[in-house]
Amino acid sequence: MAKEPILSAKDVEIQFSLRGRKLTAIRKCSLDLYEGETLAIVGESGSGKSVFTKSFLGMLDANGKIVGGSIMYNGEDISKFTTEKEWLGIRGKKIAMVMQDPMTSLNPLKRIGVQIEESIKLQQGLKGEEAKKRALQMLNLVGIPDAERRYNQYPHEFSGGMRQRVVIAIAIACHPQILICDEPTTALDVTIQAQILDLIRYLQSKLNMTVIYITHDLGVVANVADRVAVMYAGQIVEYGLVNEIFYDAWHPYTWALLSSLPQLGVKGEELPSIEGTPPNLFNVIKGDAFAPRNKQALAIDFVKEPPFFPISETHMAKTWYLDPRAPKIEQPEAVRRLREKMRARR
Amino acid sequence: MVKYTVKRLLQSIVTVLIIVTIVFLLLRILPTDYYFTEEQLMKFTAQQKEEQLLAAGLLDPIPVQLFNYYGDLLRLDFGESRRIQNGVPVVEVIGKKFGISMKMGIISVGISIVIGVALGIFQTRHKDKIGDTVGTCYTVFVNAVPHLVSYSLVLIFGSRVLGLPSMYSTRNPGPSSVLPIVCLSLGSIAWYAIWMRRYMIDEINKEYIKLARIKGLSDKQIMVRHVLRNAYVPLAQYLPGSLMLTIAGSLLVEKFFSVPGMGPLLTDAINRYDTNVVQTLVILYSALSILGVFLGDVLMMLVDPRIRLTGEGGAR
Repeated sequence: MAKEPILSAKDVEIQFSLRGRKLTAIRKCSLDLYEGETLAIVGESGSGKSVFTKSFLGMLDANGKIVGGSIMYNGEDISKFTTEKEWLGIRGKKIAMVMQDPMTSLNPLKRIGVQIEESIKLQQGLKGEEAKKRALQMLNLVGIPDAERRYNQYPHEFSGGMRQRVVIAIAIACHPQILICDEPTTALDVTIQAQILDLIRYLQSKLNMTVIYITHDLGVVANVADRVAVMYAGQIVEYGLVNEIFYDAWHPYTWALLSSLPQLGVKGEELPSIEGTPPNLFNVIKGDAFAPRNKQALAIDFVKEPPFFPISETHMAKTWYLDPRAPKIEQPEAVRRLREKMRARR
Repeated sequence: MVKYTVKRLLQSIVTVLIIVTIVFLLLRILPTDYYFTEEQLMKFTAQQKEEQLLAAGLLDPIPVQLFNYYGDLLRLDFGESRRIQNGVPVVEVIGKKFGISMKMGIISVGISIVIGVALGIFQTRHKDKIGDTVGTCYTVFVNAVPHLVSYSLVLIFGSRVLGLPSMYSTRNPGPSSVLPIVCLSLGSIAWYAIWMRRYMIDEINKEYIKLARIKGLSDKQIMVRHVLRNAYVPLAQYLPGSLMLTIAGSLLVEKFFSVPGMGPLLTDAINRYDTNVVQTLVILYSALSILGVFLGDVLMMLVDPRIRLTGEGGAR
């Protein structure tokens, strides 16, 4: 790919200190983000999806720190930022975020309009009527009808889906280049989910944003993503175009994820689930972090961490299975079934 | 909102009425001897006593007495004191005292809010650091050490080191009020500090603060625009009540500094069986606390848009 990434994270390591112990939440994680794309980061809870992307905004909790690697954005290494002032140049202006729970992410005591205007006034220096006009525009843009009246209402007068629209309006009010959506639909009911996804997609094309979705809903991924990165135990283990991940995955963790898709289950058979638990991040992880849960793990998986092997120009997986010396291992039933389904549809 | 307010007001009046009735009935259990001062008891014959009681209506059946009492209350006639100041109307007995208590009380509430809230903010900003610990030490000290001990410390320090008068005097009310006001404020400063800290930390950990940070607000802006205001809301509810109850004065502080305030009056009146004074004080205090809670709720309704107590739901 000849295109230059707009954000490039390299070997990022993030540690949290918890009761005197060090927890390594992100272990040498690299990611390139290209302009205009939609990248989905999937993985189970605790795999570090949120922490990793929060570090792009300097939003780690106080006990968390980037201890290694670099995050290049606009020619600056933002992982080296230490002062609030440096981050204020990025937050809201260049990179914005939509959080999971719209019910709690608005100040309950302030009018919606005021909360949207806050960032407009701050970042764009608009005042009074102008700021209000802009806030109303934003409300219209995110599909809130009767904006003039809604402007003066409080968060509790909005439904969950409407609140998420308000949160999105706040996030995009200053035309950020990158929008991080941290499980934007998890807290909403299914019918609203689709609306919010459509809205984000519409805004993305209208405002020419790059969007990162953090989710563990593969259905959402298939719907919205151009590229997918799969995370496990603080690392990206496989990434590629959405088709490559869904139909030609190679990392055993990706296989396990896909196999447990309810849509692929066979009636009468038990739906496969991933047995065991993710590794304890307080410990030093040896070899492939997924090996202890992988029934087909190779001996080397327990000893040496695999490097990334290319599958195509855009598709990489971090597994020894792809090493030419490895014994031949078949992709599992579910992955093959997915591919056949796709072929049949064509 | 008006409807709710009126409803609450009516409920409050009923509550006060019930309290009045119960207190009145309980006090009727006392023997009628207490209608007379100690001297009168020695001097009067049994017949004289009975004549006087009859004239005062104290020998009527209880229900009749009760309705007479309601009537008196409506005319704002609270009767006369017997044993504390024979023959002086209760209103006058109280009137002389409550001004002093209230003046000191309101000044102390003002001081406590300013210092207490500031201390709470300071502690929050230095959470888990030395400043926070010092603040917590103060709070724990004030609450754990018996008040008489901390008042004594204030007294010793104030009079020996600063040379302030150790006793209240009406001729020199300014300087001689300083130490009582300081003592009154000790506890409430701690109260405001501890709750302010708690509510601020509650707010800081909420999701919307994260969103505010993501928006690009600085920590200072977040503190002022979001945290402070929201954290003060639950405290504001207690403000009217604490202002009202300053009238009651503080028994301990007023005794300690010989302030001729309201504090010791109720216990005095009870000890000396001055029924009219007891009745009036109980009505006054209960009415004030009910009014305080009521005003607190109205205030909450004004500052917190989520509270609409009329029962209509928001647009969902």
